[in-house]
Amino acid sequence: MISPLANPIWFHIGPAPITSAVAVTWGIMAFLVGGALLITRRLSIEASTTQAVFELIVDTVDGQIRDTMQAEPPRYRAFIGTLFVFIFVANWSTLIPGIEPPTAHLETDLALGVIVFFAVIVFGIRAGGFGHYLATFASPSPIMIPLNFVESVTRTFSMFVRLFGNVMSGVFMVSIVLTLAGFLVPIPLMALDLLTGAVQAYIFAILAMVFIAGAIGDPAPAAPTLEEGSKS
Amino acid sequence: MNWAALVSIFSAAMAVSFGAIGPALGEGRAVAAAMDAIARQPESANTISRTLFVGLAMIETMAIYCLVIALLLLFANPLLK
Repeated sequence: MISPLANPIWFHIGPAPITSAVAVTWGIMAFLVGGALLITRRLSIEASTTQAVFELIVDTVDGQIRDTMQAEPPRYRAFIGTLFVFIFVANWSTLIPGIEPPTAHLETDLALGVIVFFAVIVFGIRAGGFGHYLATFASPSPIMIPLNFVESVTRTFSMFVRLFGNVMSGVFMVSIVLTLAGFLVPIPLMALDLLTGAVQAYIFAILAMVFIAGAIGDPAPAAPTLEEGSKS
Repeated sequence: MNWAALVSIFSAAMAVSFGAIGPALGEGRAVAAAMDAIARQPESANTISRTLFVGLAMIETMAIYCLVIALLLLFANPLLK
């Protein structure tokens, strides 16, 4: 049985071996960038059907940012939205026969986790200055400083192991069932795999938002719509 | 097959089986509480189910950690090389 931790090498560019995960990631990047360029080439006030669909996606991301972070979305939309869309497309790239999602390899997830780790620092410093960012480590009390420092590393670790574990276990289960019973039997598992992929992309984005919101510090008062909902 | 391989296989199975118990109980409790909350306040079902999904994924991570440890034992065991 092929180890789920192994990285099959597809081809070499000069001396550098290119693994399947890297090649698929390049494919997804080309797909996303090309798609984005194609869609934004002809934007108009009166939205066409395609434009309306993508406006709906952006609007949903904005709504999630507003709900979770209690902050205005424009500053975070690009980062959070790209993170979600990339992981979502990467997880669902398993739909193409012969393609293994790059998120099923430890290295891609580690890279995503490291990106979030540094994004938290950058957004935290940008929101209120370096001193304010350091002060968030001393909340709720200065006794928590070492714990908060350790937590900022371990939560990144748990975040990327979570994504890796979920996606990899899905791929692994399907391959095990395929060796036991080939035809049509793995389809329900694949459907479950797709659901898990979507939920994990959502959770990765939500967690990134929660971490950034924690680094920004004092949130604005909650939106009035939420309070009305709980009263009625 | 030497004893290290034997112990590795056995402990991989133990890790997954015992590591699944806690998250299973926890997920059951979480879902039951969420159902209760939705039955009481159907209008806040959206918020509750969103929080529930995130919470479930958090709990599930514990079982996933055990799975990762088991796979490390089986496929990337430093004692077997």
